[in-house]
Amino acid sequence: MDPKNIWITFPELLTWFPLLAGVVAFMIREDKKVKAWALTASLVTLGISIVSLVYSDNTKHFYLNNVSYFWLKYVGSNLSLGLDGMGHMLTALTAVAFPLIFIATGKTSFKNANAYYGLMLLTQAGLMGVFTAMDVLIFYFFWELAVIPAYFLCSRWGGERRIQATFKFFVYTFAGSLLMLIGIMYVYTHTYPTAYSEHSFSMSAFYNATLTAKEQNWVFWLFFIAFAIKMPVFPFHTWQPDTYEQAPTSTTMVLSGIMVKMGIFAVIRWLVPVFPAAATRFDNIVIGLSVVGMIYASLIAIKQDDLKRFVAWSSIAHIGLMCAAIFAKSSIGLQGVMIQMFSHGINIIGMWIVVDLVEKQTGTRKISELGGIAHKAPALTIFLVVIALANIALPLTNAFVGEFMMFSGLFKFNMIYTAVALVSIILAAVYTLNMVQKVFYGEANAVTNAVQEISFNQKLVLSVLVVFIFLFGVFPQPLLDLTKETVSAILLRFK
Amino acid sequence: MRNVLHMVWLIPVLPLLGFLLNGLGRKKVSKGLAGIIGSGTVFLSFLISVYVFFIVKGGNTYVAHYFDFINTDALKIGFDFQVDPLSSLFLLIITGVGFLIHVYSTAYMHDEEPKDFAKYFAFLNLFVFSMLLLVMGANYVIMFIGWEGVGLCSYLLIGYWFKNTNYNIAAKKAFIMNRIGDLGFLLAVFWLVSKVGSVDFHHVFANTSKLSTTDITGITLLLFVGAMGKSAQIPLYTWLPDAMAGPTPVSALIHAATMVTAGIYMIARSNILYTMAPVSQNVVAVVGLATAILAATIALKQNDIKKVLAYSTVSQLGYMFLALGVGAYTGAVFHVMTHAFFKALLFLGAGSVIHAMSGEQDIRNMGGLKKHMSATHITFLLGCLAIAGMPPFSGFFSKDEILAAAYAKNPILWVVGVGGAIMTAFYMFRLYGMTFLGKFRGTHEQEHHLHESPKAITIPLIILAILSVIGGWIGIPEIFMHGGHLLEEFLAPVFAQSNAITVKQSALSHSQEYMLMGISVALALGALLYAWNKFSKYQKTGKEETGLGKVLENKWYVDELYDSIIVKPVLAIGKYFNNVVEKKGIDGFVNGIGKAVNYSSRQIRLLQSGQVGAYVLMMVLGILILFIVQLFL
Repeated sequence: MDPKNIWITFPELLTWFPLLAGVVAFMIREDKKVKAWALTASLVTLGISIVSLVYSDNTKHFYLNNVSYFWLKYVGSNLSLGLDGMGHMLTALTAVAFPLIFIATGKTSFKNANAYYGLMLLTQAGLMGVFTAMDVLIFYFFWELAVIPAYFLCSRWGGERRIQATFKFFVYTFAGSLLMLIGIMYVYTHTYPTAYSEHSFSMSAFYNATLTAKEQNWVFWLFFIAFAIKMPVFPFHTWQPDTYEQAPTSTTMVLSGIMVKMGIFAVIRWLVPVFPAAATRFDNIVIGLSVVGMIYASLIAIKQDDLKRFVAWSSIAHIGLMCAAIFAKSSIGLQGVMIQMFSHGINIIGMWIVVDLVEKQTGTRKISELGGIAHKAPALTIFLVVIALANIALPLTNAFVGEFMMFSGLFKFNMIYTAVALVSIILAAVYTLNMVQKVFYGEANAVTNAVQEISFNQKLVLSVLVVFIFLFGVFPQPLLDLTKETVSAILLRFK
Repeated sequence: MRNVLHMVWLIPVLPLLGFLLNGLGRKKVSKGLAGIIGSGTVFLSFLISVYVFFIVKGGNTYVAHYFDFINTDALKIGFDFQVDPLSSLFLLIITGVGFLIHVYSTAYMHDEEPKDFAKYFAFLNLFVFSMLLLVMGANYVIMFIGWEGVGLCSYLLIGYWFKNTNYNIAAKKAFIMNRIGDLGFLLAVFWLVSKVGSVDFHHVFANTSKLSTTDITGITLLLFVGAMGKSAQIPLYTWLPDAMAGPTPVSALIHAATMVTAGIYMIARSNILYTMAPVSQNVVAVVGLATAILAATIALKQNDIKKVLAYSTVSQLGYMFLALGVGAYTGAVFHVMTHAFFKALLFLGAGSVIHAMSGEQDIRNMGGLKKHMSATHITFLLGCLAIAGMPPFSGFFSKDEILAAAYAKNPILWVVGVGGAIMTAFYMFRLYGMTFLGKFRGTHEQEHHLHESPKAITIPLIILAILSVIGGWIGIPEIFMHGGHLLEEFLAPVFAQSNAITVKQSALSHSQEYMLMGISVALALGALLYAWNKFSKYQKTGKEETGLGKVLENKWYVDELYDSIIVKPVLAIGKYFNNVVEKKGIDGFVNGIGKAVNYSSRQIRLLQSGQVGAYVLMMVLGILILFIVQLFL
């Protein structure tokens, strides 16, 4: 089968299939059936993603994997979807994550399961769309499609303070989206005409928009703030700990495992290449904010007593490095960002699964109330320790490769920033080992006495994650090869 | 030969296999099998290491490339192993001494549950694997993998008895202090990447011309920060004595065969960079010497048998850094080797004593053990003589070489160094006297229980004792025997580049050398005899130490100092950020906007009262305002 002759392309399949599956899920009334449907659908998506990876060609930036239909012809927006290396990697992450999340939280029963699973699948479709969009209006559409179901997921199935937290989450992201929309419209008015329209929303049109340096200087920030909220970068982060804490854990996994990558992805695809001059001009500010955020979040993580907030803060610290490495604009650093987007997704989902298991069994997430789980559930503890070590980027785990390359790229930009940012790896060891010690070691207490060893399914999911951790920790090269052309294409924008 | 050397990957992979077998099968393997897997894999690695030793003896260096670890346009890092005289010597120490420690452990850990026993051996094997990776890596990144790996393993093993919170804290401290050092190591690596574009040893050392003096000084100082963490030098030494929380064989492994020698190895490996950076050399020498003295003073007043040994390790490591700092690379490696023998011996001997004393570690409660455990007693005595630098035991030759090199550099270094050597002799024979001589001071139960340890414990002790006695004879100085320094000859190719550019310091005359040697041995012997005499009559008084003694017993209060100037402030800042900056500042600002919107919408809502009259009034007012604006503006 030659992929050229196939009637539908991989990016379309990856996007439309989950969308369709999500709509179908709404119509399945029986809880058990909808669960099974969601899992099956996510596995099919995974299958599509694997096949698309087999057909991917790393040597070109956008391979033949793209299509374009007229959509709003006279406005200059086409339904263009395509996959480059980065798109391949992130759609694969999305495709891997959903079945794992469905299996890991399979025991949890949700009220209105059809709506819950339907929304989850819609989010997946939105994410896939974001990672494949080659037209900025389409990108914007999918961006909202990914966020809005997440909003309902938090507000309907979340914790006690869910309404408050979701409201904050919504206002934040909505404000960001509006700024981005203004920015999009402004850049749009500076694009070249097409056969049917005065201006165009296509990727190439945006990359070649005639913006003066002065214009770039302020439009840049409209986009940046929107993406910075999503990542999040200090000081736009305050929605995150609240939302992660209050959202149902499965949604938190999606938010932190994949949706955070949406922000990083957007910076790489829609910010830096569109405003290369501004990205160079403001690199010090952005990197400065990121580095401050890394240390700030790490210090706060040390003082967290709630496991979910703990993971949230540790994630903010890690994301800061990715943002800094993008703006350092070196090929090694950008390659590091690529590989780290995948690794961070895997590791943080693992972290959430462990947190969820602990909470389900003990009824609490308070670090100070837990302890001694290691004798009660040795297998769970081994998985946790491996994931925790990946969280502190120990060599031979996946995160080490990414962090090493990102720090290396940052060093080329500025040595002092690197030295300061590196302090966060010490702090990461402090807060991560503290948590491991307090929750898992020591003597079991009244809260943890009844903890049981984890089930086969849970072991299976965690094993898959651990395999990823070591596989890409020892052999990161496939991921580097996959994303190599994306990186060169971005760097070309600075020449 | 080349094809054979390509198989060197087996050396680290065998212990890794042992780790996997024991780790994954910990519920199924019996204690006997776990011990056999654990010790057997290390023994096989030892056999291969011996073979490799004979191949590289002629000064060959062999680099084996297995696969690309990171391969991008900007940077290529291969998963490469390198064997040359330096690494092969370390391979022998790690696998040889490591094997003896494994064998010893089968007896020492025998009271553990079978699955914990297997877990213990799995961790032990992982430790050996990491250390092998560290010395076999052909570039700084593979070295770093092993470097962090040994940090992890020490964490796992120190906290092996994880139910005890204090042990966990010690384990965490070890890992975090090591991480602080790792920060320096990583920065140095990034510096190399940005300037040389490579991390391969042969590539970096061949391209030192690409580096300015500032670069080299910066890189070497940062690498030394890494070494401070791993090899427990000022200011990052405090984790090592606390690491005693782990099982005693683990202490032996950390102190003798693995981990702490990593820093020495790394600097010896990077010798050309250090030779080109005199400033860094001076820093290394001074920090090393200061650590040697500081740790020795603390060891004078410790009463825990393992703590005394721990501080003696810190002190001896200081001597090794002194040697590196004065450019006596061979001397440093020589001392690593002899130290591995006698320190493993002393720790394992201490373990045997603790075993016999049913877990007691306080030497004030021991005494007179000579009668009860003769094998442990004699081997321990030989170890003490070796570390005290008495001829012709191994420690004498290596320490003498370091002190002679220090004298050639600067006589003051020698004077201070000899001061440390005197203290070493004193505290070691204080330890010996209080443990083995005099009358037994423990409880009756303990006395009744006293016994010599089983063969799995005594045989490793005897082998190590023999090595501690004769191990120094491969480095006999020129003045005693022409061509007697086999080790120097063996390592010469590794240090050739450094030796070529070192300005030859005026070599000491033979008479000078005899004199220096005589003085240091005589003074150490004096301290030894004084301590022997004094502590064989030791009586428990229950009197508390006062003045300087109290300060030394409390380790100069360095832990307390770190706690108040680093740990507490960091926690306080974290708390401040969390409670004030975050809640009241950033998040407060965001929530404030939310509140303001809420408030104004509530106020604006009042306008929509639903009364038509009010609307008409507002409309009229509005029109009026528009008129005014139109007319006057």
